[in-house]
Formats: sequence, C-alpha cells, structure tokens
Amino acid sequence: MVVKVYGPAYASPKRVLVCFIEKEIEFETVPLDLLKGEHKDPEFLKLQPFGTVPVTEDGDYILFESRAIMRYYAEKYKSQGTDLLGKTIEERGQVENWLEVEAHSYNPPIYTLTLQILFSSKLGFPCDENLVKESEEKLAKVLDVYEEKLSKSKYLAGDFFSLADLSHLPFTQYLVGKMGKEYMIRSRKHVSAWWDDISSRPSWQKVLQLYPVPF
Amino acid sequence: MVVKVYGPIMAACPQRVMACLLEKDVEFEIVHVDLEAEEHKTSDFLLRQPFGQVPAIEDGDFKLFESRAIIRYYAAKYEERGPNLLGNSLEGRALVDQWLEVEAHNFNDLVYTLVLQLVVLPRMGKHGDVVLARSCEQKLEKVFDIYEQRLSNATYLAGDSFTLADLSHLPGIRYLVNDAGMGHLVAERKHVNAWWEAISNRSAWKKLMKLVNY
Repeated sequence: MVVKVYGPAYASPKRVLVCFIEKEIEFETVPLDLLKGEHKDPEFLKLQPFGTVPVTEDGDYILFESRAIMRYYAEKYKSQGTDLLGKTIEERGQVENWLEVEAHSYNPPIYTLTLQILFSSKLGFPCDENLVKESEEKLAKVLDVYEEKLSKSKYLAGDFFSLADLSHLPFTQYLVGKMGKEYMIRSRKHVSAWWDDISSRPSWQKVLQLYPVPF
Repeated sequence: MVVKVYGPIMAACPQRVMACLLEKDVEFEIVHVDLEAEEHKTSDFLLRQPFGQVPAIEDGDFKLFESRAIIRYYAAKYEERGPNLLGNSLEGRALVDQWLEVEAHNFNDLVYTLVLQLVVLPRMGKHGDVVLARSCEQKLEKVFDIYEQRLSNATYLAGDSFTLADLSHLPGIRYLVNDAGMGHLVAERKHVNAWWEAISNRSAWKKLMKLVNY
C-alpha cells in the first residue's frame, strides 16, 4: 500500500515529497487544482476540514499539516534513508526549535510574498505593494538571524541536515526563482552557502523535475 | 538541576511551557523578562533568543526556544513520568503533532491578534482595532466549528487522552474566555465546552493559575 500525497504542485506538499524521497519512501500523488477551488470541495474537506494541502492517505491513516506529516514519516522510517531528526533527544530538540522558527518566523512573510506576487492575479485580486514591502522587510530580519546562526553551524539545528532545513525548500525556491528575490539569499554569505547546499540535494532536484511549479 | 524558563509568567507562550513542565512534574524556576521595559530586545536576551521573543529555556548547558519545540522536548525526555502527552504510538504521536500544527497555524494568530486589540493595547492605554478584533472573532467561530466537529468524535483533539495538542490551547483560550469577553466561542459549543472544562480543570493547569495569581 503506497501512501498518497494530495496537491503536489504546491509548495507545502513539496515539504512532504522531498522528505519522502530523502527517506526512500514510495508514494503516489493526487493532483488538486487550488485555483479551481478543489480544496474547498466537500469531499476534500472530509479529509482536511481546514481546506488546505497537503493531506496524506496511507491506507486508512490520514494526516494533514506538512510538518506533522514530515515528523511522522521521518520517525517511522528512522532506520532508512537520511536521518532527518538528529541522533539524540537534545538534537531532536534543536530540530524542533528551528522547525518552529521556520513555521512562525520564516513562513508567514514568505507565504505572504508568494500569495501577493505569484498568486494574486491568478486569484483575481490586486497585488498589495505595501504588504509586499512589509513582508520583505520582515523576511530580511529573519534572514539576518539565519546568517548569524549559519556562521556558527553548517545547518540550522547543528552540523547535520534535518527537517528544519528541508522545511525551507519549497517557498525559498519561489523566492529565488519566480519572485525574483534571489538577492535576499545571495547578499548573505552563509545563507547563500546553506541554500546552495540544501537546494542541490538530489531529492530536491527530483521534486523540481517531477512536480514543476504550476505556472 | 532546575530548568530556567525565561519570560513573564503572565504571557501565553511561557505559560504553554510551564503547563507542560507542571504536567510532567519537572522542577523549574521563572526568570522574569520585562517586556514593557523591552528587556527582550536587549543584546543579552537576543543571545538567548535571536528573534527577541519569549519563552526560552536553559537546562544546564542545553538551551532551546519556541514554546512548541520546548514542550515536545520535555514530553519526550520525560515520557515515562506523569501523563503521556505524546500519544501511545507513532500514529498517535503524529495526530498530536497534527493538532499542534493546527493550533499553531489556524488558531494562535487569530487569538493573538484579537487579545492584542481587545486586551493588551487598552491595558497599555492605547486604542485597539475593534474591527480587526471582530474579523478575528468571526474567523475563530469557523475554527471552533471545526473543533466542535472533531471533539464530537474524540474526547480530546488527538484522541482519547489529553496531550500536548490540548495543552497548547490552554493559555490562549484562558485569555479569550477570561480577559477578552469571548467566552461564547466556547460556551455555545457543547463538545468544545466539555473539552475546555476538562482541560482547564486539570491540577497542573490549576497550579499554574495559582502561580500566576489570577
């Protein structure tokens, strides 16, 4: 029985996809067109009552929230593929710390930038330039903290690649790509090196190849 | 070795950590951080938490920040002690993480904004944005509807027992019900109301309420 991942074209599900490839977990994808509002269909809302992607369906076992899904599969398949959770409870604590940072400090401004710059015209509203400016300033401050952190360790949770780093891949790919804000990464020496390292991993290259951005 | 929890005892995020430590019977001391005096923006504090937020913990040499990372760490470290806050299996744990993520992404920001506008700003002698608060309230109604549905199928968010997923909601809901005049969000929903009664009457939470002196 192969686990299904809903919504592979979009950024949050890509966290799960790259995690699965790192852990050598077989999966299938179920396409969903968010621009057509398929995530608000009653059938989908039965799986995910908040109407967001991703959702995973593993036989009868259904999970939502990309970071919860990643944690589960990284733990379940601990003994295969890349170790993404650290080797001790303390290392896991650091992974959780920086995964939370990604969720609460990094993701909100970069998500707003994505919505405003890449999706506003497709969703039928004007891009809010003030919001873009504000979000870029917030993201810049977060990246300054990352620059300092990454001058002291190779990856966010320590000297090992983990879910904390992986979680940044999908939206940062938008930032350096279609959003045209690569300078935010390149102007910071350690962030730049870290980005090159994590984005060149074969797992991420595979995701980009198999599930290109939907526009 | 006593865990040091940095942050004001009245703030929601440090309360999340303290509730967990009390559940797991882990001794801690509170190191007060004066937010009004902007102590969280001092260079000393920023060494501890580079985003200038509370809480942070110091446990001997081990340091951590982000309340939901801290509670996951201690719930795992002291798995054998006190109530099991992480579920009984990998699948159970994943449901805990799922509902913790729901709290973090669908619930927390709405509560934070509403409480800021209706409670915190007025206490500081400033005007809160009532329209913004009302918008948060309407969105919270929809979130609580989903919780009502979930809790009609399970006693607690992640299943049959109290876990970090429920615990994480305690500080925010207390602010909503006791300080922001939003008790109807809970009281008007049968299962949410029963759930709130159960989780807010736990002895660890009551101990914290005494410590905070509410």
